[in-house]
Amino acid sequence: MSDIRLSKIRKDYGIFTAVADVDLHVVNGEFLTILGPSGSGKTTLLALIAGLSGPTGGQMHIGSQDVTYTPPQGRNIGLVFQSYALFPHMTVAENVAFPLEVRKWSRSKKDEAVGRVLQMMQLGALSSRKPSQLSGGQQQRVALARAIVFQPNILLLDEPLGALDKKLREELQVELKQLQRRLGITTLLVTHDQEEALSMGDRVMILNEGKVQQIATPEIAYLQPANRFVAEFLGTANIVSVSDGSSRKGILRPERLLLRTSAGTNKGVATVVSDLVYLGQTVRYYLSAADGTSFIAVRPFVGPKFALGSAVNVSWTEEDVWPID
Amino acid sequence: MATVSHTQTYRRKSWGAVFFILPLLILVVIGFDIPIVTIFNYSISSADGYSLDNFYELVTTPVFAKVALNTLRITVMTTVIVAIAGYILAYWISTLPKTGRMIALALVVLPFWISVLVRTYAWIVVLGNAGIVNKTLQSLGLTAAPISFLYNDLGVTIGMANIQLPLLVLPLYAALIRVDQRHMQAAASLGASKRVIFWRVFFPQTLKAYLAGIMLVTIVSIGFYITPAILGGGRVPMMSNVIETYINTVPRWELASAIAVILLFVTLGLFAIYRRLENRTGDEL
Ligand SMILES: Nc1ncnc2c1ncn2[C@@H]1O[C@H](COP(=O)(O)OP(=O)(O)O)[C@@H](O)[C@H]1O
Ligand SMILES: [Mg+2]
Repeated sequence: MSDIRLSKIRKDYGIFTAVADVDLHVVNGEFLTILGPSGSGKTTLLALIAGLSGPTGGQMHIGSQDVTYTPPQGRNIGLVFQSYALFPHMTVAENVAFPLEVRKWSRSKKDEAVGRVLQMMQLGALSSRKPSQLSGGQQQRVALARAIVFQPNILLLDEPLGALDKKLREELQVELKQLQRRLGITTLLVTHDQEEALSMGDRVMILNEGKVQQIATPEIAYLQPANRFVAEFLGTANIVSVSDGSSRKGILRPERLLLRTSAGTNKGVATVVSDLVYLGQTVRYYLSAADGTSFIAVRPFVGPKFALGSAVNVSWTEEDVWPID
Repeated sequence: MATVSHTQTYRRKSWGAVFFILPLLILVVIGFDIPIVTIFNYSISSADGYSLDNFYELVTTPVFAKVALNTLRITVMTTVIVAIAGYILAYWISTLPKTGRMIALALVVLPFWISVLVRTYAWIVVLGNAGIVNKTLQSLGLTAAPISFLYNDLGVTIGMANIQLPLLVLPLYAALIRVDQRHMQAAASLGASKRVIFWRVFFPQTLKAYLAGIMLVTIVSIGFYITPAILGGGRVPMMSNVIETYINTVPRWELASAIAVILLFVTLGLFAIYRRLENRTGDEL
């Protein structure tokens, strides 16, 4: 188990910068999620940490060791690819045994470790199947088993659940989180799904165009985003003026808005419900004011409802507004 | 109901197709199938009706054993050389950048458009006693007398290997570039050295295409005629050269036919193996 320290790590492809001067300290045993849109450099950053590609600048330490130019073989990092990258000509058991074989573990130690991991990942019954005979979720488990069987210091996961359907993904999110706690292994998980990033990470790092936007706990990142990009990437954000006399803007999450029928009050901004969407447990209201400003509010499904076209007053408490820009 | 009408339309269409391919069918029957049946007929005909006498006579002739051995030896040598050189060449091409690949592949394919006859004679210019290779060796003082590359196993094998090489390189190259680069990256992250990555992860994924290509080279080598005839100068006769002798020189057409039938069955056997390998190649990639 180790901590990871990146200082000014960058990766240029010609004139294009895929990762720009990233500073990051992941503490021992931490679960960090890396969130960013497609093409923001998430995979490139993982590849740099894994040693699959060399940085064009900066330094990297794992524990006390400088690994900036260490090849992947010397890093002892478990990596799960977005595509799983299971070896198609090997069975599940052979895939999982591979990292132990190259480490020249003895037969008995190897068999024991493989058996234990396969059982832990509920793959025991599938051990003699080829990857092509497995479902997506099973392949994902094999890839994970292969990445942890040799007791790496660090686990890197590149959109490990991206290819799975929603229900399976939610199940595996819980499993993965439990597994990480049990092993206590320093883990970096890349995702483009903001819910996944917020629900799984001890901290979340938001990337855009190769640059770090914010590194913070999920609550802080969600409620106190460092900038507009983070605010909007982590969910819906209403932009309102900050009432401190300045011309600054602030963001307000949709569940913080208070809605009342205009008939009963004259507090807040008078709007009309221009659209509404039922989302199961919640209802999402699209509200337009006469001056053209619009709001998005989310209310619990139980409780007062507002019909399409009805007049609604929108208000909020000043503490809920987080100033940005 | 819809299925039924579909089937009917399909059938009507396929009868239309028969009309168009009929001329070709007739050509194949007259130009190909009838001659094969005739050859079979020759091979089992003898003075007193049908028998296997021709085959018996053939295998008891000392020359036949020698020729069969020649054929086996040349085929194995050619195949081994093509197998080793072909993998190295295909692998090297697959590591080149895009333009490099295109140029290298073009250079591999180019000889396909030049007649085998021309390519074979070109080797005489290169390998002959007064050829480029010997001249160079002598002017460098490496050899005193010219080395005889021609009219022996060496010359035939070099010539045949040259002609067969693209047969292996092209399908093998296609298989090599299909291997997912991320498998190699995954193996590296799991701690494998470059050598282990190649032998445990890369090579096995190309093995079936490789074996299929090797079988194809073997099949084509076994019936080769022009190159052994020219570069062997009659001193390294292979099966097909003996067929020619039995037709034009001796002439004993029934013996020629018997050899042809033997060659046909050996080739069919090899082809069956080749198809097996090729079918399985697709599966697991
Ligand atoms: N080998 C490469 N050569 C040039 N550009 C690359 C290379 N690899 C990645 N990139 C570019 O770097 C950017 C980040 O890619 P990537 O890290 O894969 O993004 P993400 O995983 O966040 O979707 C992309 O714009 C991509 O086109
Ligand atoms: Mg990616």
